[in-house]
Amino acid sequence: MWRSISWWFTFLVLLGAGLWPIASGSATGREDMFLILMLVTLASSLNILLGYTGYVNFGHIVFFGLGGYVGFYLMHRHGWSLGPAMIAGGLATAALALILGTIILRLRGAYFALATIGIHEAVRAFVANFEPFGGATGMSLNFAVYQAYGGAAQALWIAYGVLLVVTLLTVGISFAVKHSKFGLGLMAIREDEDAALVLGVRGPWAKTMAYALSALFPGMVGVLFFFKNGNIEPGDAFRLHLSIETLVMVMLGGQGTVWGPILGAALYERLRGYLLTSPLFKSLHLAFAGMLLLLIILFVPAGVIGWLRARFPATRRVIA
Amino acid sequence: MSLLEIQGVSKRFGGLQALNRVSLHVSEGEILGLIGPNGAGKTTLFNVINGVYRPEEGRVIFRGQEITGRPPYEIARLGIARAHQIVRPLHELTVLENVMVGACFGRENRSLREAREIALAVLEQVGLAGKRDVEAARLNVAEKKRLELARALAARPYLILLDEVLAGLNPTEVATMLEVIRAIRASGITVLMIEHLMHAVMNISDRIVVLDYGEVIAEGTPQEIAHHPRVIEAYLGDPRLSQSLLEAHGG
Repeated sequence: MWRSISWWFTFLVLLGAGLWPIASGSATGREDMFLILMLVTLASSLNILLGYTGYVNFGHIVFFGLGGYVGFYLMHRHGWSLGPAMIAGGLATAALALILGTIILRLRGAYFALATIGIHEAVRAFVANFEPFGGATGMSLNFAVYQAYGGAAQALWIAYGVLLVVTLLTVGISFAVKHSKFGLGLMAIREDEDAALVLGVRGPWAKTMAYALSALFPGMVGVLFFFKNGNIEPGDAFRLHLSIETLVMVMLGGQGTVWGPILGAALYERLRGYLLTSPLFKSLHLAFAGMLLLLIILFVPAGVIGWLRARFPATRRVIA
Repeated sequence: MSLLEIQGVSKRFGGLQALNRVSLHVSEGEILGLIGPNGAGKTTLFNVINGVYRPEEGRVIFRGQEITGRPPYEIARLGIARAHQIVRPLHELTVLENVMVGACFGRENRSLREAREIALAVLEQVGLAGKRDVEAARLNVAEKKRLELARALAARPYLILLDEVLAGLNPTEVATMLEVIRAIRASGITVLMIEHLMHAVMNISDRIVVLDYGEVIAEGTPQEIAHHPRVIEAYLGDPRLSQSLLEAHGG
């Protein structure tokens, strides 16, 4: 990995893009980039399960919401600072995935996909009725909390910096998995799970680890997002449509590649931004997402990156 | 010494008794042919051996260790590899990656880098070296069969289960494949093969076991099997096969 051109290319592009708002000191640039990096992290982590392992997860965002809640709860009620709360949020969702995975990863294909929707609804219903998490109204951070980070404005920059690190870590892990023995086992499962088992791939273990790994990062990002937001409530934390939009990003960019989710997230964020602000399409952006998903599956199932790599083999050296 | 012992294995699917108290053994270093009419339970027996199915009765003992009902991936790591009758290439992975999966997760549990070296050597052995960077989906049938074999070999197993690896090959390809199988045995791997191509299996096997309706009806050297009345009877229902059985004996 450390000698790979494509890794350094990926790392430097992301780092450059991530540092740009810091260098320019632009708060709007930071807000735009925060959203992009967040989506890159969500899409890249989803890709570990969807793209590498071949399991469609419609409930990826449940980890974002639940991680956000766990971290928020620790900061709000127990006075934890952002870093430890973020790690706790990620570990909590990874642990949940570990437990859920041993149960629902016995299901395959459409049945697994349906189970993930069920989990999303179940967790949302649980959180909305769980008093320590504030029930249906959620929780709000006391403004004084931000004083510890040098004021609210400063806290936003800190959250952004931490997000950049988490994004680089996620993409780094995604790259490392793709080029590892573990990743080869996952891809064997994606192509033909029964054949993979006969070849010696420890299917149940590998799938569960992939699921837990893909749940770790959204949990962390959820904490950052809701820290920045200042309040958290079930409706914000568990937006099922965001799961589906994340799927669109991965498919748009190219599932199973490292760059696919990055490019897909950036493109989709720009597209969504345009649709949301244009008076004509304002409330139609989800319809567009659905249509886009349909078109991708029909015409470019490999996504932009898959298409590029197939069309121009020379690009494979730099674009993983 | 017995490498694999199957003791009284039964497997039922609904009302169908696919295997009925099957017992057989495979000695270290031999090529054992498993023949029988269609539906005799040969592939089911393979599925029991490598853990895809759990038998209702009986035991499977491999290298002195009971493996009955263990999951396929554990059995693979103990040193049993398999080439499927219906080829199952990992379509979107390259030929090299396919074979690396075998080496990585097989008996020797190799690292990615070592697996690559092993895979390259095995591809050379089965004659697929020129296609290493091609997606497995793009191979033709004969090449896919060789890929199945290469993947199984890359695991460096003690025992390899070959399920009709000759089916669908033309005479030249069959001859090449038989050479490959002999070379596999010469490299110290024990071979248990299901085969319908009678002259080939008669020619290459040290011993043959015949299954019919889920039961072992005969066992012996190719000569003994060709003379065996129950075998001839079993194959009489299939004139083409009984003819080829007689021809194989005559030749």
